[in-house]
Order: sequence, then C-alpha cells, then structure tokens
Amino acid sequence: MNQPADGEIAHFDNVGLRYGTDREVLSDLSFTLFPGSFYFLTGASGAGKTSLLKLLYLAQRPSRGIIRMFGSDAITLPRDKLPLMRRRVGVVFQDFRLVPHLSAFDNVALPLRVGGIGERELARPVADMLDWVGLADRMDARPATLSGGEQQRVAIARAVIARPDILIADEPTGNVDPDMAVKLLRLFEALNGLGTTVVVATHDVHLLKKVPDSMIMRLDKGRLSDPTGALRFPPRRTTTREPVR
Amino acid sequence: MSARLESGHGAERSYGLARRWRSLTGTGETELVPQTRLAGPMPWVIAIMVALTAIALAAGLSLRNTVTSAQAELHGGLTVQIVEAGEQARKDQAAAVVARLREMGGVVSYRLIPDAEVNALIEPWLGTDVEDGESEGGAGAVPVPALIDVQLDRAVSEARLSTIRSALAQVAPSARVDAQSSWLEPVFDAIESLQWLSIALVVLLAIALTAAVLLAARTALGAARDTIEIVHLLGGTDRQIARVFQRSTGVDAAAGSGVGFALALVVILFLARRFAGLGAGMVDNGALRWTDWLALALVPVFATVLAMVTARLTVLHTLRKML
Repeated sequence: MNQPADGEIAHFDNVGLRYGTDREVLSDLSFTLFPGSFYFLTGASGAGKTSLLKLLYLAQRPSRGIIRMFGSDAITLPRDKLPLMRRRVGVVFQDFRLVPHLSAFDNVALPLRVGGIGERELARPVADMLDWVGLADRMDARPATLSGGEQQRVAIARAVIARPDILIADEPTGNVDPDMAVKLLRLFEALNGLGTTVVVATHDVHLLKKVPDSMIMRLDKGRLSDPTGALRFPPRRTTTREPVR
Repeated sequence: MSARLESGHGAERSYGLARRWRSLTGTGETELVPQTRLAGPMPWVIAIMVALTAIALAAGLSLRNTVTSAQAELHGGLTVQIVEAGEQARKDQAAAVVARLREMGGVVSYRLIPDAEVNALIEPWLGTDVEDGESEGGAGAVPVPALIDVQLDRAVSEARLSTIRSALAQVAPSARVDAQSSWLEPVFDAIESLQWLSIALVVLLAIALTAAVLLAARTALGAARDTIEIVHLLGGTDRQIARVFQRSTGVDAAAGSGVGFALALVVILFLARRFAGLGAGMVDNGALRWTDWLALALVPVFATVLAMVTARLTVLHTLRKML
C-alpha cells in the first residue's frame, strides 16, 4: 500500500463530535499521527477514547473540524472510496465484534476476503496468524465456543492479518492474562517495527511502561492533553523502514 | 458434558471440511454475511407466485389462440339467407343469388346448403317434419330459409357488406346478408376482456413477487446488520454484500420457481386434457403452441431474475444509508 504523500497517517484539526443534540463528547481535537509511531491513548472511562477511535477507523463522521486520513479528506471522501481507506486500518474492537456464524479461521480471513485475496492464497497466512496467537487448534471453532481471551486473540489476529498502515486497538489486553498481554504487545511492537502506526487505547498504566518509545495521548472529558509532547512536537521516532507487505 | 464436547468437536470437524472445500472452490465470499436465505417461506411464496403466473399466462395465451383461430376461420365469411315462405319463390331467389354471386368479383367460393343439411341443423329444435307440413299444405308447417355459404377473398368490411346487400337485393328481395364474424363479435369481446384480465394478473403477480422479495431482503438485512457493519468496517464494499444477498436470493428463487413451474405444468396439462375431451372445435383451437410453451418456460427464469435484481437493489439502497 502507498504511504501518505505528506508523511502523515491521520491529521485532526479542531475536530468535535456530538451524538444528536447532546453536548460534545470530543472537543477541539487537533493532532497528527505519523507513520511508524506507537501511541497510547489513555483516559478515564467515559473520557471519549472509543469515540476518538471511531473517528480514526472511519465508523463515525465528526460534527465539526477536519480529518485527513492518508493524505485525503476523510469527511468529504465519496462513500464508495471509504472501503479502500478502511482496508488500510486494522481495528481491535473493545467488544471484539467477531462474526458469530464464522469460525475463528473465517473471522481472521475476513479482511483478506474483502480485499479480494483468493482462498488458496489466504489459507497459509491465516493459519500462521492463528498459530501465532495460540489458537492453531481452535481454527474451526465458532466465537460462541471460545473464551473471552480466545475471542480477543482472534480479534487481534483479524486486525493485523492484512498488515494495515495503522492498527487501532481498543483495550486489547483487557481480557487476557499478563503473559498473553505482553505477548500481544510484542506483536504490536513487531508490526510497528515494520512501519505500522499503532494506537492502543488503554487505562492500564503498567502497559504504558512496556513500550518505551511510545507516545501518550491523554483524553480528559473529551479534550486531549499531551504528556509526552507527541502532539506539540515532531514525533520522537518516525520510521525510515519500508513497510513489509 | 462429554456428549456436548463430542458434538462440538463434530461441528468443528465438519466446519473444517467446509473450509477445505471453499479453499478448493474459491467460494469464500459467500461467507461474508450469514447464508440464512431470505426467509424460511420465501421459496414457497415464489413457487406459488410462479405457478399462478404460469397458469394465468397459459390461460391468456390459450384464449388468444382461440380468438385468432376463430377469426381466421370466419375471415371473409358471409351467410345469405332467403327468408321466403313460398318454397318456389325461395328456390328461385336462391338460384338468382347464386347466379349473381358467380358474376360478382372477390367471391372465392359459394355453396347453396342442401335442404337435407339445413333440416339436420334445425332438427334438434324443430323435429323432423318441418317441411312435411308445407309440402302437404298442413297448417303446422315451418318455412325454413334457404342458406348460401359465401367465402370472400378478404375480410368483410361494412362498406363491402353494404355493396353486396344492394347487389343481391336487386335479384332476391328476401335475401338477408350477414358477415359470419359479426355473430361472434360479442364472444370475441368477452374473450378479449379475459385476455386483458390474464395480463393484469401476470403484472400484479410480478409486483407481488417484487414486494415479497423486497420485504424479505429488508428483514434479512436487519438480521445481519451487525455482521454487515463489521464487514463494512473491514473494508467490505456494498457490492460485495449485495452480491452475497443476490446469490442467496437467486438460489431461493430458482428453487421456488422450479417447484412452482412444475406445479403449473401439472395444472395446465390436466386442464388441456379436460378441455380436449369436450371435442368442441373452438376450444380445440386454443391449444398451446410451441412458442407459447417457450413463453411459459420463461416465467420461472423471469421470476428468478426479478427476485435477484430486486434483492440487489434493495440491499444497495439500504446499505447506502449506512456509513
């Protein structure tokens, strides 16, 4: 996939979001996400983390402001162009959102199938990915028969299988044991090392220390603060590595 | 508990086989959204619609054939009656009409119906001795008109009929000239109304089928809304999702159409046999031709295509409202 022409994954300018006629849940958000960076998004429950992520993975349009994704205006983008942009975004949903009638294998294969990858080509990478998250023996199990942790691992495998330009994870370690949490974080780091921008929403402060090069964006009542200077200053690490596809 | 586990493993094993099959056939896209079909009774609704449509169409085509055939037979036909009580005068006028017809242009053939044939025609109503009374001078005698069957070279127009009437009136004042087709005009009008009724039925059934598929597609979309949203967020396009629904609808519609058409065939053949048993010429003429059977065979094809197009457009229209 192409990297953004102007060297940014996402750019928010004075973005606000309100649902219906309620007060704004997000206000005056202005920041830029750069290629190859690792961001933690923190904040108390109800601070607006999930709403901000929804804007990032193009599930929601803002009430005001400008959002540029991969160099294109995501707000005025024609509807038929959205799928291509969404394929460059990997998402781990807080509630996993696995497709209940599909097996673990088919759930993980879903992004490849919508991307037009043939059945023969996708079998090996999907099996490898499930093996990596420790679910090689549950490939044919449906989500209802998997534990919470197993479902979360399937969700993560699905989010990263297509090697997205940006990976967005909403509380990805919430349902796994500490060992698996570290293992998943290492997977995110490995992807980040390949050039994928990673945004992890979490309220687990211990997790923040485990990725030393990460930048922290803190949401407080819908407004962003910037304890690491990620928003005010150029990123401390921008990748010079070509993303591996 | 162990039974449950075994059952679970059995399901996983069969799912594994299905996955390997898809890998061989490359049909993974059908798994994007649930393959629950539009709704349980949908194929049966389509079957009933197709059966009724085929029967209505067959009736319409049969009526058309009846009318066309009867009109062809009566095309250019005239009947001349010599309504004259005196037998000799009647015979003289009939001979004069025949002589006049022989000279007249545009007359292809004519035939003076023999008395015996005329008597045979009216025998069921008037008995066998209608002429006896007159020949014996009896008071109960019934004078029977002389009949001349005439065939012209082309259809009988009002103007032509008027010309012929005038020409024959000069030689036979008691002659009454009627176009044969005019006798059956009210019947043709009634049959034409029935034809329109069958066309209206076919159109109404097509509309009902469209409405049924539309409702079923919306219901199926509503049931799969969460999955569709996920597929959207993973970059799935409206066309991919619509294609899955269209394919699913196509399978339902094809199955339903096949059953409905088979049912219609049984009914049509049964009715054809019953009507053939009547031995009435006009009914026999209504037999379906091979082109009619071809049109009937297109009904299930049309129903399937209509259902697929309706499902596709409905899904695309609904998805357009989602981000």
